[in-house]
Amino acid sequence: MELTTVWFILIAVLWIGYFVLEGFDFGVGMLFPVLGKGDEQLDGETRKRVMLGTIGPVWDGNEVWLLTAGGATFAAFPHWYATLFSGFYLPLLLILAALIVRALGFDYRGKVDSVRWRRRWDLAIFWGSLVPALLWGVAFSNIVRGVPIDADKEFTGTLFTLLNPVSLLGGLVTVTLFTAYGALFLALKTDGPIRYEARALALKAGVAAAALAVVWLVLLHSDTGNAASWTVATVAALALVAALATATTGREGWSFALAFLAVGLAVASLFVALFPEVMPSTTDPAFSLTTTNASSTDYTLTIMTWVAVIFTPVVLLYQSWTYWTFRKRISGHHIPTEVAAGARTEESTATASSP
Amino acid sequence: MEALDLARWQFGITTVYHFFFVPITIGLSLLVAIMQTVWIRTRNPEWLRLTKFFGKLFTINFALGLVTGIVQEFQFGMNWSDYSRFVGDIFGAPLAIEALLAFFLESVFLGLWIFGWGRIPEKLHVGAIWAVHIGTVLSAYFILAANSFMQNPVGYLNNPETGRAELVDFWAVLTNPVQLVTFPHVIAAAWMTGGAFVLAIALWHVWRSATPAADKPMYRKATRMGAVAVLVGGLVVTVTGDLQGKIMTEVQPMKMAAAEGLYETSAEGEGAPFSIITVGTLDGTEEIWAVTVPNLLSYLATGTFDGEVKGINQLQEEYALTYSGDALTVAEDYRPIIPVTYWSFRLMIGLGMAGMAIAAAVLWAMRGDRELRHRGWFYASVVVLFLPLFANSFGWIFTEMGRQPWVVHGLMTTATGVSPGVSTFEVATSMIVYTLLYGILAVVEVGLILRYTKVGADPAPTESLDPAERADDAPFVFTY
Ligand code: HDD
Ligand code: HEM
Ligand code: HEM
Repeated sequence: MELTTVWFILIAVLWIGYFVLEGFDFGVGMLFPVLGKGDEQLDGETRKRVMLGTIGPVWDGNEVWLLTAGGATFAAFPHWYATLFSGFYLPLLLILAALIVRALGFDYRGKVDSVRWRRRWDLAIFWGSLVPALLWGVAFSNIVRGVPIDADKEFTGTLFTLLNPVSLLGGLVTVTLFTAYGALFLALKTDGPIRYEARALALKAGVAAAALAVVWLVLLHSDTGNAASWTVATVAALALVAALATATTGREGWSFALAFLAVGLAVASLFVALFPEVMPSTTDPAFSLTTTNASSTDYTLTIMTWVAVIFTPVVLLYQSWTYWTFRKRISGHHIPTEVAAGARTEESTATASSP
Repeated sequence: MEALDLARWQFGITTVYHFFFVPITIGLSLLVAIMQTVWIRTRNPEWLRLTKFFGKLFTINFALGLVTGIVQEFQFGMNWSDYSRFVGDIFGAPLAIEALLAFFLESVFLGLWIFGWGRIPEKLHVGAIWAVHIGTVLSAYFILAANSFMQNPVGYLNNPETGRAELVDFWAVLTNPVQLVTFPHVIAAAWMTGGAFVLAIALWHVWRSATPAADKPMYRKATRMGAVAVLVGGLVVTVTGDLQGKIMTEVQPMKMAAAEGLYETSAEGEGAPFSIITVGTLDGTEEIWAVTVPNLLSYLATGTFDGEVKGINQLQEEYALTYSGDALTVAEDYRPIIPVTYWSFRLMIGLGMAGMAIAAAVLWAMRGDRELRHRGWFYASVVVLFLPLFANSFGWIFTEMGRQPWVVHGLMTTATGVSPGVSTFEVATSMIVYTLLYGILAVVEVGLILRYTKVGADPAPTESLDPAERADDAPFVFTY
C-alpha cells in the first residue's frame, strides 16, 4: 500500500478515536442541565458531580486524540492542514474557545463553594460541549461535500459557504448522536436515578439522531459516496438502532459498545467517501486536495509510520487501562459531602451551621 | 493594521501567555513528584500534606497550560498556512510526535493522579505523577526541536519542484546543535520557575504569623526545596546560556549583534565590550551613558576575550547581498528591533539572577532554626515568584524577536508565511476573542491560586489512602 494511503487511514483512525471518545464527553456536558436537575431522590449538585465523576479522569486524554489528529495531519498532509485550518477559520475559533471554557469548567467548577461560581461554569460546560458537537458536524459535512478551493490550494469561500443546509443538518446529527451516546455512557457508568433517566433519554435522543442521520447520510453519500461508504454508513445506522434496542432491555454494556461502533463507523463512512481526496474542490475537481498532492515526502511518512506503529499501541494500552482502573459505577454516596478547605466560602459556612 | 501584523501579535501574545504556565508545569510536576516520593520513603505526613497542597496548585496551573496549548497547535494552520505548507514536511513531524508521545502521557496520567488518591495503589499513584513529569519534558523536547529548526534549519533540502523545504535527515533535526543547548536551558529555566513558585508560597507561610506554628517546620522544608531548585536551575541556565551564545553567534550572528546593539564589527584583536545598561538617545542610535564590561561580549560570543563579533551594519549588507534574489527571503531590513532584543536579553539574565539572589538570601537567613520575621521577607516572597517567570518570557521574546524578519532563518521571512486567504477581519476577531478570554482567565486563575495559597495545606488525612482498606461505597477522596 502507498504510504499516503496508510496515513490517510491513520488520520481517519485518529478522528474516529477522537469522536468515539470525546463524543460521550460532549454528550455528558450537553445533558448537564437536563440530568443535573435535582428531585426528591437526588439533589442537583450531587447529580452534576456524579456526572462529572464519570468523565473526570478521562476527558483530557480523550481530547488528545484531537491534538494528535491535528499534528498528524500537519505532518503527513501539510496542505490539508493549511487549507482546512485557514479555510474554516471562524468555526475553528469557536470550537477552540468552547473547548477552552469547557475544560476549565471541569477543572474549576468545584474549586469554590458558591452557587454563582458553579452556575457560570455549568454554562461553560454546557455551551462548551454543545458548540463543538455542532460545529464538528458542520465541518465534516463540508469536508466531504467539498468547498471552493482555488489552484493555489486556498479556500476561497466565506463563513456562509460553510453554513449550507446539508452541513447544518450534519451539525444536528452530531448533536443528537452525541447526546444519545453520552446518555448511554452515563447509564453504563452511574447508579441510582441518573442511570435510569439517562437510559430513557438515550432512547429519545437516539431516535432523533437515527432519523436525522439517515437523511444526512443519504444526502451526503448520494452526492459523493461510493459503494463502500454506503455499506459502512448502513452498518453504522444498524449499529445505532441495535444500540437503542439493547438499551430498552437494560443491557448497558452492550448498548454502549454498539453505540461506540455506530459513532466510529459513521465517521469511518465519511473518510471512505472522501478517499482518495482529502478536501474536494467545488471550484474545479482538478484543484481538489488528494492524498498524493497534499502529502509530505515518503521519507517523512516513513519516519512517522515507524513512530505511529510503535507508540500508538502503547498509548492505546495505557489509556484503556485507565478506563479499566476507573471502571466502577459512580453514585451519590461516592460524592464527598465535606467541602474542601480551599473551596469554603461564607455560603458554605452558612449552610453548614444551619440545622 | 493588516492581517500580518495582527497574526504576529496574536502569535506573540498567545505563546507568551502559554509559556507562563508551561515552565511552572514542568518545574512543579518534578517538585511534587519528589515530595510524594519523599513521603512514601519517610512516611513523614508533612510531605504528604505538601504533595497535596502543591498538587492542587499544580492542577489549577496545568488546566490553563493545557487550554492555551490547544490554541497553539491550531494556530500554525489558521494564521500561518503558507508557512505550514513550506515547512510542513519537516515541522509537522515533531509536533505530531509530541502529541503522541508527550500529550497522551501527561493527560492520561494526570487524570489518574488527580482521581487516583485512595483509588489506586500508592506505588502506581506516585508513578503517575512521575509519568506526567516525563511527559512534560518530552513535550518540551519535541516542540523545541521544531523551534530550533526555525532558528537553525538542518536536515532538509529545498525542493524547487514542490517549492518547499523537505526533510532528508530527521536525526539531524532532533540533534540540531541549537536544540542541544536550548533544551537544557529551557528545562533548567523551568526548574527555576517551579522552584520559585514553591519558594514564594512556602516562604510566605513561613513569614506569616497567622500560619499555625505547628505547620512552620513543614513550610520551611518546602522553602528550602524551592530555593535549592532555583539555585541548581540557575547554575545550569548560566552554563547552557553561555553555550547558546556561542552557537547563536555561529548560526544567527545578527541576533548576537542585536543582543548588544553592536552596530559596527569589533576591530581586529580588540574584542567587543558588553554593556550592562545603556541610556541612549530616543531613536536608539546613539549612546549617552552606559556601564560596560570590556571584552565581555567577545567572550560570550566566541569564548575568547578578543574574538571578532560582527556588527549589525556589516551583517545587514551581507544578508542583503545573499538573500535578495528570492521572494521567500528578500526583505528590506534584516535587522530585528534592536531595543527589544537589547533589553529582553538583559532582563532575562537580570531577572533570573535576581531570583537566584533571593533564593540564596533565604537559604542563608534560614540557616539553623532562624526565623524570618522581617517584613522584607514578605516582599521577597511576592517578588521571587515573578522573577524567573518573567525571565522566561523575556528569553523567548529575545529568541523570537531576534530571529526577525525570518520565520525560518535564512529560508523564509515571516511576512511570506502568513495565511493568504485569511482576512484582517478574521484575524482581528480571533485576536479579540483570545485577548478577552485570556484576560478573564488570568483573573480567575490568579484568584484561585491566591485562594488556595492562603488556606494552606490541609491537615494530614485521618483515613487510610490505601484502596485495599477503603470501603467500596465510601466517598472518593477527590471528585470534581
Ligand atoms: C514551534 C515553533 C515555535 C515555538 C516553540 C515558539 N515559537 Fe515563537 N514564534 C514562532 C514559532 C515558535 C513563529 C511561528 O515562527 C512566529 C510567529 C510569527 C513569527 O515571526 O514567528 C513566532 C513568533 C513569536 C513572537 C512574536 C515575534 C514577532 O512576530 O515579531 C514571540 C514574542 C514569540 N514567538 C514568543 C514565543 C514564546 C514565548 C514561545 C514559548 C512557548 C515561543 N515563541 C515558542
Ligand atoms: C508554539 C508552539 C507550541 C505548541 C503548538 C504547543 C502545543 C501545546 C498543546 C496542544 C498543549 C496541550 C496538551 C495537553 O492536552 O496536555 C500544550 C501544553 C504544554 N506545552 Fe506547549 N506548545 C507550544 C510551545 C511549548 C513550548 C516551547 C514548551 C516547552 C518548552 C511547551 C511545553 C508544554 C507543556 C509542558 C504543556 C503541558 C501543559 C501545561 O503547560 O500546563 N509548549 N502545548
Ligand atoms: C547568565 C544567564 C543566561 C544566559 C547567558 C542566557 C543566554 C541565553 C541565550 C543566548 C538565549 C538565546 C538562544 C537563541 O536564541 O539561540 C537564551 C534564551 C532563553 N533563555 Fe536564557 N540565558 C541566561 C539566563 C536565563 C534565565 C535565568 C532564564 C529563565 C529563568 C532564561 C530563559 C530563557 C528562555 C526561556 C530562552 C528562550 C528559549 C531558548 O532559545 O533557549 N535564561 N538564553
